[in-house]
Formats: sequence, structure tokens, C-alpha cells
Amino acid sequence: MVKIIICVIAYLILAPVIGGLLAGIDRVISARMQGRHGPSVFQPFYDFFKLLEKEPITVNNVQDFYIACFLLFIVVTGFFFFAGMDLLLVIFTLSLASTFLIIAAFSSNSAYPQMGAERELLQMMAYEPMVLITAIGFYLYSGSFNVADIIHNSKMSFPYMIGIFAGFLFILTIKMRKSPFDLSMSHHAHQELVAGLKTEFSGKTLAMVEIAHWYENIFLLGFVFLFFANGTIAGTVIGIVVCLVTYFFETFIDNNFARMKWNVALNSSWLVAITLGMINIVVLYFM
Amino acid sequence: MSTIFILIIFAFVVALALLVLKADAGRDILVKIAAAVIAAGSIWTAVEFFRSGEDTVNIAMHSAESVISYAMLAIEVILALVVIFLGIKHKKYLASVLAAIQAPFTVWFELTKAHHIEVENNVSIDRLSIIMILIVGIVGSLITVYALGYMKDFQHHQGGPDRRPLFFFLMFTFLSAMFGLVVSNNLLWMFFFWEITTLCSFFLIGFTRTEEAVNNSFRQLVLNLIGGLSFLTGIIVLGSFYGTIELSTLVTLGVQGYGALMVVPTMFLALAGLTKAAQMPFHSWLLGAMVAPTPTSALLHSSTMVKAGVFLILKLAPCLGFNMAGIMVMLIGGITFLLASFAAISQSNGKRVLAYSTIANLGLIVICGGVGATGAVWAGIMLLIFHAITKSLMFLCVGTAEHQIGSRDIEDMDGLFGRLPRLASFMMIGIAGMFLAPLGMLISKWAAMTSFIDSGNFFLVAVICFGSAATAFYWTKWLGKLSAIVAARENIESGVNKEETFVHGALVAMEIVICLIFPFVSKIFVIPYIEGVWGVSNLAATLSSNNMIIMCVMLAVLLILILLFYGKTNKKIVPIYMAGANTGDNLTYMGSMQTEMTQSLRNWYMEKYFGEKKMNMLGLASTITILGVAFAIAIGTIITMMSVMGGGF
Repeated sequence: MVKIIICVIAYLILAPVIGGLLAGIDRVISARMQGRHGPSVFQPFYDFFKLLEKEPITVNNVQDFYIACFLLFIVVTGFFFFAGMDLLLVIFTLSLASTFLIIAAFSSNSAYPQMGAERELLQMMAYEPMVLITAIGFYLYSGSFNVADIIHNSKMSFPYMIGIFAGFLFILTIKMRKSPFDLSMSHHAHQELVAGLKTEFSGKTLAMVEIAHWYENIFLLGFVFLFFANGTIAGTVIGIVVCLVTYFFETFIDNNFARMKWNVALNSSWLVAITLGMINIVVLYFM
Repeated sequence: MSTIFILIIFAFVVALALLVLKADAGRDILVKIAAAVIAAGSIWTAVEFFRSGEDTVNIAMHSAESVISYAMLAIEVILALVVIFLGIKHKKYLASVLAAIQAPFTVWFELTKAHHIEVENNVSIDRLSIIMILIVGIVGSLITVYALGYMKDFQHHQGGPDRRPLFFFLMFTFLSAMFGLVVSNNLLWMFFFWEITTLCSFFLIGFTRTEEAVNNSFRQLVLNLIGGLSFLTGIIVLGSFYGTIELSTLVTLGVQGYGALMVVPTMFLALAGLTKAAQMPFHSWLLGAMVAPTPTSALLHSSTMVKAGVFLILKLAPCLGFNMAGIMVMLIGGITFLLASFAAISQSNGKRVLAYSTIANLGLIVICGGVGATGAVWAGIMLLIFHAITKSLMFLCVGTAEHQIGSRDIEDMDGLFGRLPRLASFMMIGIAGMFLAPLGMLISKWAAMTSFIDSGNFFLVAVICFGSAATAFYWTKWLGKLSAIVAARENIESGVNKEETFVHGALVAMEIVICLIFPFVSKIFVIPYIEGVWGVSNLAATLSSNNMIIMCVMLAVLLILILLFYGKTNKKIVPIYMAGANTGDNLTYMGSMQTEMTQSLRNWYMEKYFGEKKMNMLGLASTITILGVAFAIAIGTIITMMSVMGGGF
């Protein structure tokens, strides 16, 4: 119980710090890959605090409510995850949070955010089967949906769930909003939809979206960690190293691919879910 | 436990009274009083049931048995003659032929075979019946109240002869038949009510008597008469080879592990359930039913008709599972759920989206019955309850929107939030209830998912993963349309009837309250029902109590947040970004040639991926093949049984 409380408090406090740092590292590495010097590692934090000082404006009286709910439920999602609770509960809370973000964009009735919202919806439809399959895979392997039980399973699940791991990595690119699948909004300047989904968000509202993104990334890496956790220190170390490598890998992909059409995102992620994901599920059933 | 009989008779007497009552004022009062009495009566039935302390209240009714059976037979023959006549009149001969086959078989079986079969209990009421009685009694009668205001507008718009007396007669007859259906244990009695509901929907769908309405009503009739014929065949096989026509006997044998032995009659009964529950390949009747006035759709989709189909399949669950009947039901349900969810993406007509969503959700309930395990049945019953409330809310909201804005197209619901704020909020709650945590349908879908995983059927696992993704897509884009704040919209809320607003409000309240207390619903109704049927004790709910409590708390928190903070801001409100210069009204901008351009936004429908035609083709081809194979085997088995029994026939 004490351990859970520590875990949760650590998540609530450290996730935005580590998430922000990772975002900074991402920007430095990206710059180096492009032959630039790049900003400071702390640049995301400077940006964040600057956003807080902007003039408080909005396009309607409901958008901020939706965004606040988005942030709240993203934090709650991670809370459930790090408290060792049910993976499906985690996934459904995450969908609730994402829906709030999409509705916030729709509510502006502005062209770019709405197109971004439709694309975000499409991305959700693309990655959701694989996310569910991942949770089901953990359940079939360890006999429980609870994160706490999965972590304490003495046998590392990765060797038995390689297909699912690969599938999860694939959709992680969508989830982390990296090129080639950063359709709905992008942190690059070359988005054809202005800022996509977040065009009408500004000041504190935009800051909330940013911090939610940091929370989300940490909890997604938590998912990656689950594949390697086996209750030992060695497993934990391997898990953390793989998380970092994964993050680097996503940055690498981000810088080496052009944005693709939405059809590719949907086709490829469903194909991955059916092949890598479902075949692995069938294998787990027969184990 | 006599209240239920009073309910059946009362609803029918009210129906007759409404048929002769022509004055608006009289109808208004009678319908409201009758709806209140029926709702109260169904609650009282539940109270009586719980006071009896039994799992199943059986009522033998031996003294009245033959009178009732003969009366039912006589009515069935008369109705068959009516169908034959109407079929010939409208040149829909297939309907006439089906009725002409069904009637003599019914008479033959009743007069020669059924007499020798002793029926222990003609009526039996368990917790599932009580759930159905409450749904029919409360949701169903709310819909009749809504219909009062709606049909006034409808008559006003439509003109022509006033056929409202017939409309209300049919609605109350429908409720009466549903009450009868859910408490019948004698399958011949259930069959009688089954056919009455088919005929009521036939007349309701054809209500406007336009060519389209007549065609669609006959399609419904033909498909459901096929189902009826299958029901009858099931009864005849059961009576001839197994010597019983009681549903409880069939179910008990299923629980005892003889499901495989009973597979043939189970298959025929299940097929009847599939037709009524609008599963592929029979689903087209439910899509066609939209031509009827909205209260009809609400009634058919939520509390009656299709729910009779899934009720039967859930009842049969112990006989299903991994045998031929169960596999057939699971496959049909799975394919229907997946393809109907996809097809809903391509639709912009609000009622059509609702229809596909109904078909898909019924598919999910059908799978739950087909899996036949306790966990899946728990999820199936929960889905049934939540779906009844939420879907009736959605239909009634779309009906009102249609009368106010003159369109049922989702694209025309742009900025509904400005024009009809209350209605738009109700619709948003309804939509959220269909797919979002922490509301009802998601909770039940979650339970369904875990039970499918435990059943070891990976086809179903894949189906629910992909189907849920599609479900979220089509609901969210509708939700987005509703939530958009479009400038310069006039509030026209005052045009909405007070009856309609009352019913919307009542359904929203029910949806939220049931979501908040669903652990109790599980504990008081669903768990004891399953324990009673399967003869197990200490059954746990499919979802852990932790998760159930978290869902309730999340909902409570959300409600508080909405009440406290929704729509409040002290920030400066600025115009939106429009690429060209916003002319200031958020609707037009200066184009590159210095002309004013109007912005219009449309949703995605992805016709190439999820086009309706493609999904229907795929669905029809695969489900017809499955049914063909399954019934070829079943009929072969019957022929073998006949030759083994020698002079059985």
C-alpha cells in the first residue's frame, strides 16, 4: 500500500518534470540530426511558463472546460496505471480524456481545429485495437489485468509477446504524435493545418495541453516498461533502458519520415493489429 | 402475482379505448393516466416479486389453460387471414404464403400434439422477466407520452386523415403483448405474443401508407414471419421429440449439460430471436422501420420488438455455448456487431446512425447469449438495460430535433447547441452514454470484452477490439457536431412540446441514476438471476467491485464538475482564426480576391472504407453462408430423428 502511494505521488510530481525533460532532449537530438545546435534542454519549460503569462483569451466559453477535463483525465489515467490498477480501466479513461480534447477542438467551430479533430479521431480509431490487444495480451500472459500483478509476474512477458510489443511500438508513433503519423497536430512548424487540433488553444489552455502531453508520454512509456518488468532490479533496469531507447527511436523516426496520408495510418495500424497483434494473441491462447 | 395479468389486460383495454377515442383532449388525459398506471403497475409487479422471496414465481393456470390456448389459436388464425388478405391486396405474395403455411401448422400442432403434452407452468416470472417488465413499463410508457406531443406536430405537418387513434391503439397493444411475452413459459403462448409484436410493428411501420412505408412494412413482416416459422418449427420439434413445450425445461436441460442434445430446437428458437433482434442477414427490416414516425422507432429500438429477440437469446444462453447453436449465434452476432459498427461511420442521417448502432449493440448482446457463460450473460443483461434507456433517449431527441430544424441529418445539427441548448445537451449525454466511460454502455461493453476473452474465442476478441474503435469514431464525430458553438444562432427551444421535454428529462435522469446505482442493479437483479438459472452460488459480477465503484465515482465527479464549471469563463472571447481575415461574425472571411467567403465544415464519412453497400454485401454473404451450413445440418438431424422414431410424425 505504501509502495503504491509513493508510486502515485512520484508520478503526479515527477511525470511532468521528466516528460518535459524528455521533450527537451527530443528537441536537442532532433536539432543535432538536422545539423543545428538546437535549444536548451529546458526550453519546453521556458515555453510552458511563457504560455502562462499570455493574455487570457478564448474563442468560446466552453473550450477551457473541455481542456481542463482532458488534463484531469490524462492525469487520472496515469494515476490508475501507476496505482497498479486495471489496464482496461486505464485505457477507457484515456479514451475519455482524448474525447474531451477532440470535443474542445470541435467546439471552436473553426476549420483547422475541426479538421485536426477529425484526424485525431481517425488516429484514435487506428490505434485503439492495438492498445486493447496489448492489454489483452498481458491478461492472457499473466492472468490479470491489474498492472500491479503484471509487474510482479516473475517471468518477463517480452519474449512471449514480441509481436504485441512490435505492434505497440508501431502505434506508439501515432500516440506520441510523431511523423509520419502526426496528422492531427504536430510540434513541427511544417504542419499543413496551421497547428491542427490546437489552433484555437492559447495561453494557459495551450499550456494545459502541453503538460497533459508530458503526462501522457510518461504513462505510455510505462506501458513499454510493463513488457520487461519481472519484479527484479535487473528487469527494472532493462525496462527503463528500453523505455529510453524507445523514446530515442521515436525521435529518430520523427526526423526521418515525411508525414503520410491518413489512409496509410489507418491501413497500416489495423494491419499491424490483425497480424502481429492477433497472431500473438492466438499464440498466447495456446500456451 | 396477479398484477402482471392486470397489466396485460389493462394495456390492451386502454388500447381499445384509444381506438374509439377521437378527441385530442381525451386522448391526452387517457394516455398520461394509462402511462402512469402502467409504469406504477410494473414497479408494483417487481415489488410483489421481491416480496415473494422466490427466484422464479411459477403460475400454473391449469384451469384457464385450455380457454386461453383456444382463444390465442382463434386470434392467430384470424390474424393469419388478415395477413393473407393484405399480402394479396398489396401484391406481396410472399407474406401471404408465409402466413398460409404458418397458420395450418399452428392449428395442426395445437389440436393434435400439444394436447398430449402436459404443461407444468404456463407462466413463470424470474428476475430477467422483471427487468423486461420494468423496461417495457417505464421506458415504453414514457414513449407513449412523448408520442402525444409528437403526433400532434406530425398530424399538423402531414395533414390528411387523422389516424392517431390507430397509432395509439397499436402502441398500447404492443406494450400489452410485450408484457405477455416476457412472462410466458409455455412456448406456444410466447409464440402468440411474439407474432402480435410482429404484426404491431408491421402496422406501425406502414402507418403513413406511403409506398415506401408499405414496402418497408412488408419487408419487416416477411423477415419476421420467417422468424416466426422458425419459432414454430422449434416448438414442433421440441414437442414431438422431447415431449415438452416449456421454455424452463429446455433451459434446465441446457444447464445440466444437455445443451448439445437440445441443439436442434435451440437453433430454431435462436434463429427466431436473431430475426427479431435484426441481426444480419435479417437486419434490413430495422433500417426500413425508420420511415415510421419517431415514437415507433424509439419503441421498436429500445423497449420492445428487438428486445424480445435478445430476451429470448439470453434466456436460451444455457443451451448455447460451444455447440452448433451457440457457435452459429456467436458468429452471426459477431459479424453483425462489426459490420454494423463500420456501416454507421458512413451515415449522415441521424436515424440511420442510430439504427446501425442498435443493430451493432444487439449483435453484442446476441454474442453474450451465444457465449452462454455466466459472465457473458451478466454483460448481456447490463447492455440490454442501458441500451433501452439510452437509445430511446437518442431517438426521441432526434425526433424533436427533426421537427424543430426540419432535418434529421447530422450535418444540419451544426450549432444545435446554440439553437436548442437543452435538447443538444440531452443528446450529448445520450451519445456519451452510448460509448464513453464512465457511462452504462461502456461499462457493459467492458464486461462483455472480458467475458469474450475468458471464453477463449479469439474471433470475438478481434471483433470487439475493432468494433469498439469504430463505435467511438462515429459517436464522437456526432458529438463534435453538436458541441460546436456556431455564431449567430437563434434559440428556438420554446417550440418544443412540454411532453417531449418532460420525457427527455426523465430519460436523462434515468440514464444517470442507473449508471450511478448499477452495482446495486447487478446485485439485486442480475447476479441472483444468473445464480438461479445456473444453480450456482456466490457468483461475482463480471467487473470487479473496485472497478464498478471507480466508474460510479468518476461519473459523480464529472457531474459535479459540469454543474460547477461548465460554460463559465472570465476570459475575453475573441474571433476564430479563419486563414483569410475573419469578417467578424466567425462565419465568413475575406478570400484572396477580396470577396467574402462562407465557411462550412463537414464530417468524415469514409465511404470508400465503410460504405453501407459494401458492409451489407459482406454481411449478407457471410451470414447467409453460416445459416445455410448450420441449418443444413439441423434439418439433416431432424430427418434422422424422424426415421429413428419411426412413426413419430
